[in-house]
Amino acid sequence: MEQYAPTSAEDVAELVKAAIANESPLEIGGNHTKQALGRPVEATHALSTRGMRGVHFYEPSELVVSLAPGTTMRELTDLLDQNGQELAFEPIDYRALYGNEALSGTVAGTVAVNASGPRRIKAGAARDHLLGFSAISGRGEAFQSGGRVMKNVTGYDLSKLMTGSYGTLGIYTDLTLKVLPKPEMEETLVIHGLSDQVAIDVMTEASGLPHEVSSFAHLPADVATTMDAPLAGSTLPGAMTALRLEGPEISVTKRKADLREHFANCGGEFDEIEPSRSRNFWHALRDCAPLAKRNVDIWRISTAPTIGAKFTTAIRAAGIEASTYYDWAGGLIWLATEADAVEAVSSIRAALKPFGGHATLIRSSITNRATVDVFQPQPAPLAALTARVKYSFDPERVLNRGRMRKDL
Amino acid sequence: MALMMPKPEEEILANRDLLIERLRKILPADNVIDDEVSRRAYECDALTMYRQLPLVVVLPETVPQVSAVMALANEMNVKVVPRGAGTSLSGGSLPLGDGILLGLSKFNKVLEIDYPNRCASLQPGVTNLAITKAVEHKGFYYAPDPSSQIACSIGGNVGENSGGVHCLKYGLTTNNLLGLEIVLIDGEIVQLGGKHLDSEAYDLMGLMTGSEGLLGIVTEVTVRILQKPQTVRGLLFGFPTLDDGGNCVADIIAAGIIPGGLEMMDNMAIVAADDFQPCGYPRDVESLLICELDGTDSEVDHLIARVSEIAKQNNASVIRVAETEEERLQFWAGRKNAFPAVGAIGPDYLCMDGTIPRKELSRVLAGMRELSDKHGLRVANVFHAGDGNLHPLILYDASIDGDIERAEAFGADILRLCVDVGGVLTGEHGVGVEKRDLMHTMFSEADLEQQQRVKCAFDPNHRLNPGKVFPTLHRCAELGKMHVHKGKVPFPELPRF
Repeated sequence: MEQYAPTSAEDVAELVKAAIANESPLEIGGNHTKQALGRPVEATHALSTRGMRGVHFYEPSELVVSLAPGTTMRELTDLLDQNGQELAFEPIDYRALYGNEALSGTVAGTVAVNASGPRRIKAGAARDHLLGFSAISGRGEAFQSGGRVMKNVTGYDLSKLMTGSYGTLGIYTDLTLKVLPKPEMEETLVIHGLSDQVAIDVMTEASGLPHEVSSFAHLPADVATTMDAPLAGSTLPGAMTALRLEGPEISVTKRKADLREHFANCGGEFDEIEPSRSRNFWHALRDCAPLAKRNVDIWRISTAPTIGAKFTTAIRAAGIEASTYYDWAGGLIWLATEADAVEAVSSIRAALKPFGGHATLIRSSITNRATVDVFQPQPAPLAALTARVKYSFDPERVLNRGRMRKDL
Repeated sequence: MALMMPKPEEEILANRDLLIERLRKILPADNVIDDEVSRRAYECDALTMYRQLPLVVVLPETVPQVSAVMALANEMNVKVVPRGAGTSLSGGSLPLGDGILLGLSKFNKVLEIDYPNRCASLQPGVTNLAITKAVEHKGFYYAPDPSSQIACSIGGNVGENSGGVHCLKYGLTTNNLLGLEIVLIDGEIVQLGGKHLDSEAYDLMGLMTGSEGLLGIVTEVTVRILQKPQTVRGLLFGFPTLDDGGNCVADIIAAGIIPGGLEMMDNMAIVAADDFQPCGYPRDVESLLICELDGTDSEVDHLIARVSEIAKQNNASVIRVAETEEERLQFWAGRKNAFPAVGAIGPDYLCMDGTIPRKELSRVLAGMRELSDKHGLRVANVFHAGDGNLHPLILYDASIDGDIERAEAFGADILRLCVDVGGVLTGEHGVGVEKRDLMHTMFSEADLEQQQRVKCAFDPNHRLNPGKVFPTLHRCAELGKMHVHKGKVPFPELPRF
């Protein structure tokens, strides 16, 4: 497939117009780190944003950075790090799932898949941190929305719509993101030996306490034991329920003590992941590292936190053998199963139906991703509305045709 | 007023009797208001300078009723203007003479509070403050707190993406929503989100938030509720210049501290507030900064010392730390009274709502002083300093001929200035009709056309709240035309890899 890496917004617009004229749809990407995420794209040519790189401005005291779409996550992370800042939504790095080099994806790609990690429950998702953007639509026209300020209701919030649209609505040519100070330090309190349901009760209770836990995860025993000791940071056996504390040291120490006291009688054994290892531990969970090594299909399910354990019970009752762990206090379930996606999809979505939420097939063979609905199907009126929104940006479907859904 | 609204359509006016008759088949008789005296109560929202009697007012009580009203309006090609509590400051629910005014005031119930999942489901007419009232006995609250929170409704907050004084740390409405139920123009009912995070496909909930009633009718809202912080402490700083105050704000944030609230006032606003109700503000400073720090006890103590030190380094002439809750509320009292206080010296005022990059504050304030001389009107400033949202209050006297026009021209100049320095027209009040004709200062025609194409995906005939937000209405068929002709554009010479 012929590949283009235009270096300006004008060239992107020309390429899109040419694609329309020649009825030759484009595969939109960056550094190809997430090509295995989503349905296979119907395209004759590929357009990468990697030719557009660099930072337009970065103003740490204004908490804002503006950059070209092909800037790599490595470049952005290093830049923010020099000023003690970061993207607070903890973007997923797909190295564990798809075998990429660490942080080699582009900023545009990260935003395009709305990839958010463990701190999402506290700090928001990628969609909450995109302040504004410029893009080329599927009509080959340049447009922009939002701005560089935090508070803005001037016109429709197209930043939300574009985030998580997998390059099916427009091609980013500039992005302006909100950044935040890194916490002074972090530490993780671990409770060992809880069942899934008790762990979820503990996590949802902790999320209602004023101790400002910023991430809540539970690894059942079979998954906890597969984590490398240096990564897990804890040597006790059995299931791990992890509560993350971030902030000034004096505050972290106090809150950790308060939580220990509060949950003294929950039935588990306490341990801690020390500050130097805590961040790596959460990044491993963020990237699905505990399950990614197995050569099986991976699903990612978002539901209400209290539903987590009920959902896994339901899929096991339906005969699906799976390994799972929970993030977002139970609201995010990472699931690995040997069951063929074509067979498993109906059981997984049927188990989710009574509770609400969505299940996404994060990793599977290209054949499966072409056959199975990778993203949760929508009820007919909503699916029709979604298709009309796609049409309003990309009437000829020249941008990432079929990536999210066959008709988009 | 010079404001141009879409010309009333003769056919709609001619069918008014039939429309009312059919609405009465959908709704209880009392919920269809057609007499002139009763309709008068709905002729404006909080932007009172624009008034228009609606064609008819309907007050549905159930979602199927809303759906039936929308389906009927769609069938009869009648326009619909949604209205929550009517507190919009930008004319978002200004009625149309040929449109149904659809009031959601009867949707006033809290439907469910789910503490373990930290969310609450509400009908759209529930007031913002009522959400916190419903959950505070368990130690929770709803974060966005627009100053009209006692009256404004959550449905309206969704329409305008309302903010408040705690946005820097806790976000706006859009960052605190989990789910919406909306009724589309044809009466179809759609659920977006729920109790889970993120969307399975396009983030239509994010798009709906701040769409000012142009895309659909919100009939149910699920919000996140947060646990109240253990401690909230207030600090009050006075500075000899506006620049010192502005620099202090930048230094606090650069030090990695995100306060719960960070509010600034200029001398005119300080003196007006203290005259209105003595609150102990230092009257001889050029800028006053109220800083609220929240979190756990240990963290807040630690931060108070750091923030006070930063203020000292920025020449603060007054540094006060509230030792009691009463004292903290006293710090806020003057700020919360700022609008009526300025109104008292007005006698009238126009409240603007631009947002600017914080570093441009002194430049914008200097520019505003020049504009004040140019237009011959005074301006007082209160400022959500943390997030750059500026509320200049332009003082005028409606009884003086030409003063309203002068105030509007002054306001428009201020907003142009905000856009010039990299800011935006509105931070939290919405475009509505008030800023509609300034949209071109921020957006190109292509930007506005793309936004209107999104509108077409929801409302192809411009029946829902037309005349708001967009300065010109283009027919959807016109917007859909492509300017590229198949086969006529050759592949250009571009680098290939």
